[in-house]
Amino acid sequence: MSCRTGSNKKVEMTVTKLKPVDIVVVGTGVAGSILCKELADTGLKVVGLERGRMIDPQHDFAMPYVHDELKFDRHSDIFQNLSRETITFRNSMNQTALPMREMGSFKPGECVGGTAVHWGTHTRRFLPWDFETRSRTIERYGKAQIPEDCTTQDWGITYDELEPYYDQFEHLYGVGGKAGNLNGEIQPGGNPYEGPRSREYPNPPAPGNYAGSLFAKAAESFGYRPHPNPTAAQTQAYMNPYRLMLGQCVRGGFCSSHGCAMGAKASPLTTVLPVLLKQQNFELRPLSNVIGVNLDSAKKRAVSVTYVDARGREMEQPADLVILASYTFNNVRLLLLSGIGKPYDPVTNQGVVGRNYSYQTGGKVSLFFEDKVFNPFMGGGARGTSIDEFNGDNFDHAGLGFFGGAFVGVTNSGATPIRSTHVPPGVPRWGSAWKKAAAQYYNRTFTITLHGGCQSYRTHYFDLDPTYRDANGLPLLRMTFNWAENEKKMSAWIAGKAAEIAKAMGPSKMSVSPTTGNYSIVPYQSTHNVGGAIMGPDPATSVVNKYLQLWDVSNVFVVGGSAFPQNSANSPTGTIGTLACWAADSIKDHYLKRPGPMV
Amino acid sequence: MAAGPHAYGYLTQPEIRFLDAAVARLIPADELGPGAKEADVTYFIDRQLVSVWGTHGRNYRSGPWQEGTPEQGFQSRLTPQEIYRAAIRETNIHCLKQYGKAFEFLTPQQQDEVLHGLEDGKIEIESLSARLFFGLLLRNTMEGFFADPMYGGNRDKVGWKLIGFPGVASSTYNEYLDKHNVPYRVEPVSILDIQEGRVKVDAQGYPKHVMSDGIKQESGNDSH
Repeated sequence: MSCRTGSNKKVEMTVTKLKPVDIVVVGTGVAGSILCKELADTGLKVVGLERGRMIDPQHDFAMPYVHDELKFDRHSDIFQNLSRETITFRNSMNQTALPMREMGSFKPGECVGGTAVHWGTHTRRFLPWDFETRSRTIERYGKAQIPEDCTTQDWGITYDELEPYYDQFEHLYGVGGKAGNLNGEIQPGGNPYEGPRSREYPNPPAPGNYAGSLFAKAAESFGYRPHPNPTAAQTQAYMNPYRLMLGQCVRGGFCSSHGCAMGAKASPLTTVLPVLLKQQNFELRPLSNVIGVNLDSAKKRAVSVTYVDARGREMEQPADLVILASYTFNNVRLLLLSGIGKPYDPVTNQGVVGRNYSYQTGGKVSLFFEDKVFNPFMGGGARGTSIDEFNGDNFDHAGLGFFGGAFVGVTNSGATPIRSTHVPPGVPRWGSAWKKAAAQYYNRTFTITLHGGCQSYRTHYFDLDPTYRDANGLPLLRMTFNWAENEKKMSAWIAGKAAEIAKAMGPSKMSVSPTTGNYSIVPYQSTHNVGGAIMGPDPATSVVNKYLQLWDVSNVFVVGGSAFPQNSANSPTGTIGTLACWAADSIKDHYLKRPGPMV
Repeated sequence: MAAGPHAYGYLTQPEIRFLDAAVARLIPADELGPGAKEADVTYFIDRQLVSVWGTHGRNYRSGPWQEGTPEQGFQSRLTPQEIYRAAIRETNIHCLKQYGKAFEFLTPQQQDEVLHGLEDGKIEIESLSARLFFGLLLRNTMEGFFADPMYGGNRDKVGWKLIGFPGVASSTYNEYLDKHNVPYRVEPVSILDIQEGRVKVDAQGYPKHVMSDGIKQESGNDSH
């Protein structure tokens, strides 16, 4: 087989063909680790291929070295190494996409455990509305509510179908929270807008902090119902269903972007891998970067995957069942590189692979006080308080000119000084005035954040870049994305509501910053990139069916954020894990008994 | 407090003098305490420049090169090493033309004028966008003022003392979280302090914080 080089020259390279296995899983993050474990429990031979290195939390995240903001937030070696592979980006189809040369807007992981090794642990279920966005919006407001170029659609699966799997994931990850809706009965203290849950969270909520209590009091004065953020940083020592012990979070900060020294942050490293790695029929191969899925001559069946190992050798791993469970970008790119599924074309609106890339919409209100101190370095694990009055379709959108929403809240994962020394609006960026304001306000400020959903649009999509290539000579994934009017209107309107709450707290100074202008790939926003290999009821508008199985090639499943047809306002990790639990059960209970298309 | 002698790995003497002068304007020494120069931010920048980051070792570095839009982010073909080398020289050329002196010899007001000119893109330098250089310089200055002293800056933890950041966390924050509106003021602890044996840690590697009033923090976590 030939191999690619940076130029168009082809270099002959031998490929080592390995002994066949039953199942190969690409990626060992939240989704991949769960799939590996659940499928290895059937006794079948499972191989997990991971592009990143092995992590030993005892060494990689030891105290005090893990409390190093410069290393973990700025120069982390557990984020994707862009020197080997990145994406290209442009705001619109008439621009030339250029490579994302340094990490900015999002931070995909590159290590065993994936992005969930350094995630923020906010584990809020998606709303029932999130799964049926298009049909419920039309039902309530009529077709005109959805912009013409908006390709938001229903998932082909409902919240009720996924509820048992949310429950499974929350118990696996030891989520701490307070139920707001138990089997249809609204519970005081919880989020009354959540979908009905079959039982309480496995752990209690994190106790509130000062900023959260001020926010809660102000929110209540408007009749809103604040509730503690559900978090997968353990609120008490916890043993999960795989009989793994997780430590209690000490709220020491250095959380998001960082690994956890306490083993308190639920991740593949703490919840799954220690038991999985002991199973004889499972093999983990780190530093193994999958570059293609190989099909049979009829293009109906995958026969193997090809990967580049740590020594740069090309290896071919035959398997009966192939599961792509890597980051959104890589799931989509592997399909495009492998010629699986029809690539999406935004001009004709035909094809599916790459369609409906989506993100999340931000916005914030910063408050500055003279007489209050918040000790913002104490925190971690999405600790905080939120309201859901403006999320999804929890409020009447009639006449507002947009649909969708945001949850609004105060979250503190530990204010480290390089990224969290904020000064009031109007203060210069440097000099004595900056220094004075930094000294005065580091401990006297907090932010109300809008975590907004994002609809999908015809011109927001992935394809392969025509120019830029990775270290293997393969085309990079190209992202075309910008903020749409719907999301900007939503962010502005909800920022106004958040500003009312902020004012009620009596800050001496405040700034209101909704999402405006063009999307920029520079400042960090969230690692919540979704879509491109979306699930749905119709092969004309989705890549995988409701079981995450490819419509075109039935022995390939694609699991991850890539399956979201558009994005909820809520953080995606919990739903990614839930989809993995759902797909694992579907494969075990149905596919393995009768391999073939499940729909 | 003078910066100690350091073995510089990349920067030349004229570059060190330029950066000492520049970072002293970005974060000046004043009645609130030492500034970036006294915090050894120049030495921090030097150490960053000889690190993997100094050659953008983890960044995508293949062409073709286009300036792109601001939304597309960093697109220079130069590495941080090359940016500092070219931009310091070219900024000094501007200063010689404008004021007849290199940057380090200008009055503080003139230095601020030059820094604002770079920040706003009103000064043109040849090899790259002046804004890009200024953005990098400001970012590295903030990093050098607030990163752990193990990287050569934030000398004596002056950045953390200024804002009240305790550094490496203790394991007892859970006991303080419900003490609302009570400042938690401690002598900050750095990784460097622990490496050099100035601060002891518990079995899990967490330090005990000493309150700024000198009282040792109580710990309920001594059992492990």
